[in-house]
Amino acid sequence: MKKLSARRRHPLAALVVLLFALAVTGGLYAAFSPSEAKADDSSAQSLAIEEGKKLYAVGCASCHGTGGQGSSDGPSLVGVGSAAVDFQVGTGRMPAQQPGAQMPKKKKVYTDAEIEQLSAYIASLGAGPSTPTKSQYDIEGADVAKGGELFRTNCAQCHNFAGKGGALTNGKYAPALDDVSPKHLYEAMQTGPQNMPSFPDTTLPEKNKQDIIAYLDTVNSDKSKTPGGLELGGLGPVSEGLFAWVFGMGALIVLTIWVAARTAKAKKS
Amino acid sequence: MSTARDNDAQRRGKAPAGERVADWADSRLGIYSLAKANMRKIFPDHWSFMLGEVALYSFIIIILTGVYLTLFFHPSMSEVVYHGPYEPMQGVRMSEAFASTLDISFEVRGGLLIRQIHHWAALIFLAAMFVHMMRVFFTGAFRKPREINWLFGFLLFFLGMLTGFTGYSLPDDLLSGTGLRFIEGVFLSVPVIGTYITMFVYGGEFPGTDLIARLYPVHVLLLPGIMLGLLVAHLILVFYHKHTQYPGAGKTNKNVVGMPLLPVYMAKAGGFFFLVFAVIAVLSAIATINPIWTIGPYRPDQVSTGAQPDWYMGFAEGLVRVMPGWEINIWGHTLVLGVFIPIVLFPVVLLAMGVYPFIESWITGDKREHHILDRPRNAPTRTAFGVAWLTAYFVMLVGGGNDLWATHFHLSINSITWFVRIGFFLGPVLAFIATRRICLGLQRRDRDKVLHGRETGIIKRLPHGEFVEVHEPLSQEQLHTLTQHEQPKPYEVGPEVDENGVARKIKGSQKLRAKLSKSYYGEQAQIPKPTREEYQEITSGHGHH
Repeated sequence: MKKLSARRRHPLAALVVLLFALAVTGGLYAAFSPSEAKADDSSAQSLAIEEGKKLYAVGCASCHGTGGQGSSDGPSLVGVGSAAVDFQVGTGRMPAQQPGAQMPKKKKVYTDAEIEQLSAYIASLGAGPSTPTKSQYDIEGADVAKGGELFRTNCAQCHNFAGKGGALTNGKYAPALDDVSPKHLYEAMQTGPQNMPSFPDTTLPEKNKQDIIAYLDTVNSDKSKTPGGLELGGLGPVSEGLFAWVFGMGALIVLTIWVAARTAKAKKS
Repeated sequence: MSTARDNDAQRRGKAPAGERVADWADSRLGIYSLAKANMRKIFPDHWSFMLGEVALYSFIIIILTGVYLTLFFHPSMSEVVYHGPYEPMQGVRMSEAFASTLDISFEVRGGLLIRQIHHWAALIFLAAMFVHMMRVFFTGAFRKPREINWLFGFLLFFLGMLTGFTGYSLPDDLLSGTGLRFIEGVFLSVPVIGTYITMFVYGGEFPGTDLIARLYPVHVLLLPGIMLGLLVAHLILVFYHKHTQYPGAGKTNKNVVGMPLLPVYMAKAGGFFFLVFAVIAVLSAIATINPIWTIGPYRPDQVSTGAQPDWYMGFAEGLVRVMPGWEINIWGHTLVLGVFIPIVLFPVVLLAMGVYPFIESWITGDKREHHILDRPRNAPTRTAFGVAWLTAYFVMLVGGGNDLWATHFHLSINSITWFVRIGFFLGPVLAFIATRRICLGLQRRDRDKVLHGRETGIIKRLPHGEFVEVHEPLSQEQLHTLTQHEQPKPYEVGPEVDENGVARKIKGSQKLRAKLSKSYYGEQAQIPKPTREEYQEITSGHGHH
């Protein structure tokens, strides 16, 4: 200590202290502050929010209000989270074309990048479920049978046992789940779009959502097997009855006419 | 004596084997006279006479495939865990009935095909009976002496519905369990005794553990047994009454014009059986029916949208779906009118068709035998009633599938429900009026055709420049067909006072009958047939067109 104290008036002492202080603050900063990459990210994030806000002002604000607070034409978007935006805009349901009982799925209007920007902006308005990452909706190792049971318990009463959709009141409907991407399935369960109830992780954990997605992938996708032949829409007895009448009874009536037209002729002598 | 017979036998040689077998059988069963009387039985030829055959053959196919299915089906509700080849059901708890149906579908050789044939054939069976019944109705083939046979047929249709229902309930899948829950509600809605019936049928609280085992003998033994008996009686009566025939030259109420049973109809009917089997087999090979593996096992806490019964029950489903959910609460009891009224209406609407022959014969007072069929246009009121009934039936089918109409035609399910509610009352009325009008129009056209001949489409220019269409006179046969029907006078109550001027006692029912009879045979229902004089006057005048 003495040595140090003796040299405290050394001409270079100030420089040494300065260097030391810089090193400490720099080190502390490096240790405690977000990493440099993150710093970049956050600036990108704020940029995305900024861009998203612009897109929002043009495409969404007329119904949802300039600050996402909602209006008589559209609900508030504060706290819906980026997952909701990714689902609604990603499936083309938003922006809505016209008011109606329900917003149908259609060709999406925004690019993926724009959807991310919109999501970022809406997410910045209030905390809500965020867009799931790939690992969240990955169905690798999911339990298909469990998914089936969960589907029949929670989803089939509106979406039909095979996810072929069904009617709700006053022109609303539960859409068919054919060709819905795993990500959108996950988001729909998470956020409960339109008339659907939401199934947050507290009621339906991530693992169970994966099971359900895996089940749909097995029974209602391009690769699902139909051991019995044509599915006839997978709608149950109504389409079966129609098929039996039109093709079964139709063919049989044609055959009766054919058989009756071919009869033994009495020989004319 | 014996030597003489031996000589005789030696001289002629032994009789052919077939003859000896026939002799052997005849001397024990006495079938010769039976066969002699019936082998040459004559049947008239028309495609619409084969609709009943379609029903008969699909019934046979159902029995054959049903026997195969019983070999592998376990009618038990005891719980098992599935470990079969169908992956999405791995480790799922289900009843043994459901598990064995999965096994039939995926492990039994040909099981899925046979299951599908069984089920498709059931739909075709009911559809064929329905179409057959409508043919009989619209042509008036139910008239004396065939009223009883009409009732047999009607009962067969009704029992067919029940057998179908018990059949698709057996696999204990989510859809059929929902149907059984529906029936529980139906039982519960019966006033006073509803709860007792439910407990009796289900053996306790729904779903219990007995139901499948109880439905099984009903489906495979009781109902098919009764149906088989009725079917045989139905066919015996067809033989006994002889078949009806369409009007035509040489066809009278006293003869049957057609081909003999052997060999013509044996060959045709035998071949036709295989055609029916082929159509059903093709249907079953290309299209899924009741995919219980995606529907899943029944659990009372689960339900799927689009939970409809097979088509023949869709009418009952519609009645319940569109009925407002009315309830009356009295003395701590609930009367569920929202379910009870539909289930009362269900047999009422069906019975309207079932008892129709008796109503018509009461109204018309016609007690004669009829073997010549009516052309539907010549019985406008009956035809209109039939179309009105079909309209009510179809409207209710729409109600039964209201959710699918909503999703597939982008409509509101509420609007469809209201459409069906109004349509059930209004539709039949409109259909009745329109059909009667069409029938009368067709009668007028027949009259024109008789008097003026067939429009040939050939336009002729006369010397003075006028254009006329050439009408070709009808042949004798065609004239007969168009004019052979009777045009009876309506029943009349008679004078209100008797010969002494005293007011006669006229029952209300008589007045009603007179009124109804007028709607059948009054001036509003029959365009007068051309008389001989009219015909001769028009056809003798040359140059008339």
